[in-house]
Amino acid sequence: MSKVLYALKDVEHSYAQRTVLRIPALDIYTGEILALVGPSGAGKSTLLRLLALLEAPVRGTLHLHLGERPITKADARIHERRQLGMVFQRPILLSRSVRANVAYGLRLRGQRDANAQVDAMLERIAMRDLADARAQTLSGGELQRVALARALILEPRLLLLDEPTANLDPHNVHLIETLLREQHERYHTTLVLVTHNVFQAKRLATRVALLLDGELVEIAPSAAFFESPRDPRTAAFISGDLIY
Amino acid sequence: MLASAALGIPLGAWLALTPFRGRRILTALIYTGMGLPPVLVGLIVYLFLSRSGPFGSLGWLFSFQAMVVAQTIIATPLILGVTMSSVLAIPHELRLQLQSLGATHWQTTLAVLWEARLGVIVGLVAGFGSIISEVGAVMLVGGNIEGRTRVLTTAIVLETRQGHFDVALALGIILLALSFVSNSALVILQHRTGAPS
Ligand SMILES: Nc1ncnc2c1ncn2[C@@H]1O[C@H](COP(=O)(O)OP(=O)(O)O)[C@@H](O)[C@H]1O
Ligand SMILES: [Mg+2]
Repeated sequence: MSKVLYALKDVEHSYAQRTVLRIPALDIYTGEILALVGPSGAGKSTLLRLLALLEAPVRGTLHLHLGERPITKADARIHERRQLGMVFQRPILLSRSVRANVAYGLRLRGQRDANAQVDAMLERIAMRDLADARAQTLSGGELQRVALARALILEPRLLLLDEPTANLDPHNVHLIETLLREQHERYHTTLVLVTHNVFQAKRLATRVALLLDGELVEIAPSAAFFESPRDPRTAAFISGDLIY
Repeated sequence: MLASAALGIPLGAWLALTPFRGRRILTALIYTGMGLPPVLVGLIVYLFLSRSGPFGSLGWLFSFQAMVVAQTIIATPLILGVTMSSVLAIPHELRLQLQSLGATHWQTTLAVLWEARLGVIVGLVAGFGSIISEVGAVMLVGGNIEGRTRVLTTAIVLETRQGHFDVALALGIILLALSFVSNSALVILQHRTGAPS
């Protein structure tokens, strides 16, 4: 039995009076790879921002359990926030070199001499040659790899990923999925992965959740989710019949 | 110049990053300030510093201090306004992304300001340009006293009036050269920092 990392209870979130997320209960466990699937507009990114403690839910409670005391957005301390990482749906790199972007989080933590670590990370994302290139000159796949690298290098206990391979070619998709698997095996990093690609969820996740119109339709271990979905909408989504 | 930068950059960043009621009106005021006629600034500073004015007891009229005050009032809105608009041009989501990498509030602000560095440099260039080429205000509040409050521009006015066109022209060339050197320094700075252009 794994430890509960996140406990959500009666969580609701809204923008401009419009409720976009309503989750009566959800637990996320230490060490799991949870995939959040669903059509666009379902509220996946919103849920990730709540999990990242970047926003607080309008109603209900969201507790993150890193140590003894449960943490919310309001009382998260910097050393606690620094144990979680997030890769955004549309990453924005700093207008500096690739190397400086990858090293950014380490420098924030006061680590001046991070060259060896950064080199090793650049090697892992196959970008040693582009170390001194300006971040603004990168292709889509390269940009996404740098965005992932700047989060991975911090070895967070928990990594939230918002469609990290959307619109990428198969080569880059494979590279990124490999990096994620490695990180999970090496550091037992808990991963919460948003994707609208059910095949990716199948390849990576230990548990899968389907979000529709801000509601959690079904959450189940990967095998059960794909082989014996309980909800007809899950079955429809998996088979690609869900029209939106 | 330093006073304007010290006031304008932090204030500009703060205004861009902190939403509050009345920010729009303040922004409009700043943009008005950017186009403030220098002679008007000079006149107002003159009135404030004159013997019967509220700050008359300082005895700053016709002194170096008076010129600094006037120049600061002229250049600060320029630097502030340009800094603010270039910080506003940085996408808001960058702040969230930097926070997710473990940046504190301060570290986020510094990084955003660094992203806006091109705009800040442009603001400094504009501020410096307005200061060294300004005549009316420094003439009014400084008085163009030789060895104390005479600057290049006011010296040019004087020499021209006295018919010393050669001297005036030479001073003009020095002024131009000075402006060129300082602006080049800023352009080089901009290149060194790798600011996007
Ligand atoms: N910052 C925001 N302001 C207003 N509406 C938002 C904001 N973020 C998301 N929304 C709305 O919330 C809903 C869910 O969006 P999102 O979480 O981005 O969905 P997904 O990531 O599943 O595509 C959408 O209708 C979207 O328009
Ligand atoms: Mg999204």
